[in-house]
Amino acid sequence: MTSPLLDKLNTLDRRWIFLSMALAVLSPILLQIGSDETPSPPTIKLFDEIERLPEGSRILMAMDFDPTSAAELYPMALSFTRHCCLRHHKLYFVTIWPTGKPMIESTIKAVIGADFGSGDRPYQYGVDYVNLGYLAGEAVAISQISSDIRKARPQDARGTSLDELPIMSGVISVKEMDLIVNASAGFPGGKEWVQYAATPQKVPIAVGCTGVQSTQLFPYYPDQLLGLVTGIRGAIEYETMLAAKYPNPYANRSKRPAFLRGGAQRWAHRLMIGLIVLGNGIHLANRYRRTTHP
Amino acid sequence: MNRETRFWTVLFLGGCLLLAFQSLRTERGVGQQFVVRVDATTGKIIPPAADASDNSAAAVKTVIYEPASKDDPEAIWSFSRTSGIWIAALLTLCVFSYLYRDNVCYKLAESIIVGVSAGYWIVTYYWEVLIAKVLLRLSPELARYAFLPDTPADAKADYLCIIPVVLGCMVFCRLIPKIAWMGRWPLAFVVGTTAGLKLILFLNADFVRQIRSTILPLVVFSATASGGSELDWKQSIQNIVIVISVLSCVTYFYFSVEHKGIVGRISRVGIWVLMISFGASFALTVMGRITLLTMRLQFLFDDWLGLVRI
Repeated sequence: MTSPLLDKLNTLDRRWIFLSMALAVLSPILLQIGSDETPSPPTIKLFDEIERLPEGSRILMAMDFDPTSAAELYPMALSFTRHCCLRHHKLYFVTIWPTGKPMIESTIKAVIGADFGSGDRPYQYGVDYVNLGYLAGEAVAISQISSDIRKARPQDARGTSLDELPIMSGVISVKEMDLIVNASAGFPGGKEWVQYAATPQKVPIAVGCTGVQSTQLFPYYPDQLLGLVTGIRGAIEYETMLAAKYPNPYANRSKRPAFLRGGAQRWAHRLMIGLIVLGNGIHLANRYRRTTHP
Repeated sequence: MNRETRFWTVLFLGGCLLLAFQSLRTERGVGQQFVVRVDATTGKIIPPAADASDNSAAAVKTVIYEPASKDDPEAIWSFSRTSGIWIAALLTLCVFSYLYRDNVCYKLAESIIVGVSAGYWIVTYYWEVLIAKVLLRLSPELARYAFLPDTPADAKADYLCIIPVVLGCMVFCRLIPKIAWMGRWPLAFVVGTTAGLKLILFLNADFVRQIRSTILPLVVFSATASGGSELDWKQSIQNIVIVISVLSCVTYFYFSVEHKGIVGRISRVGIWVLMISFGASFALTVMGRITLLTMRLQFLFDDWLGLVRI
């Protein structure tokens, strides 16, 4: 049996697949096609908890990610921070990743600097939020701030003594936090926050993680994790809820980076499913050819 | 000229033409970045015309540069930010070029990433560990004078910090063959303390709590609005699936009994559960990689080329 099409597909250069994937991702970006997602229970639980906490609650924002995982986690970090600021909670930013420092600064600038730095009740540094910066020591650093924050870090990221900051008065360790929100890209991250801080100190924790990491963290939900926001899909879900609750201005596309990445994701997945079907079709056709014309 | 060279030449010339066309077509230009000068103390914008002869401008101690639109009358063109965008864009293209084949541009980008990462980590550890954790504890006065002026005047020295410093220095003994044995002591300390810390926390947070999370009711009843109860079939199925999955996976990894008969059939179910979880992990990994590609393409077509306007 001769089939020129099958022969051509058998010897197809893989670079055509790269090109088709680039076009599948690029087209929604250029045409500004986004995607909304129906929120899943683990995402809803975190959203509801931040809504439920009384104004002024203490939330530890652990930003354990770097530029390589920012595609998934930065939109999440923006949404979590925006939501906490809308509820006027006190925010304690910290990272156990050396590369997490610029991520904290960027999040603070994009959310507090742009939307909450002025107005009737502006967010003030040292009063409403603090950047504790990078804690050296990986998982051991988590254990240390679980018992005494000042031993792990006596000064904030600006070099100011923690005792001089009003937001730190009455705060000795992680125990004083009402919630830990962690954006986690790997080790050390969500798993270590659960093991070293949340479970021993009995502090509620929710994690926003990369897709790769989520299968490691799902066993902790719902007993040890209050909520789990997974990959870019979770970020879109959180943005969808934020836009529904606070449409002005969070329904605006410019405030929804994950939504804009969702369209590309959808088309790329469609292409991939098509390629898997095509690949299996070619395999079956080859097998048929071999059995009928050995 | 062979086919390969022809391809690269056409691609390069096409790219240059696209860039030239785009920079002529839009007012914003390609990768052009503008900033405003802001007085860090007052938060007020400093007009671009103000120079050293202007007393008010000269009085400003700290100036920060904030991103601005080109149309902003106070905006000035930023060489450093424009260069940054161009370098980032060209390096992104260098990395993408690997999809065609391995080449010198990709190797260059790879080497730059390794070098920059190493430099960043060294600087971070210098400030965060050597200065903040060692010098600040051993000599707060020196730390305040030389590096951290906001260190409280009443900060006291903590000489216990010498022990980890000595242990840290002992690691370098491995470089001298005669005293290399001393390098094993700090490693033994690290292994011992990490094992002890991990064991306790793992037993509590993972072992005990995870077993407890798996002990679930197989038939769940939920309360109704009328005060009665009804079968929550959704939760019941979920619990049954969790219990069966855990038991079958544990059976698969139980090697004291030959996997035959009923044990073999249960471990077969365990393989299926594992395969499904590997599939889910792989699919989620692909999702993450596509998001990365999306971010880079957004950067190229929005921040650099200015073809996307939200």
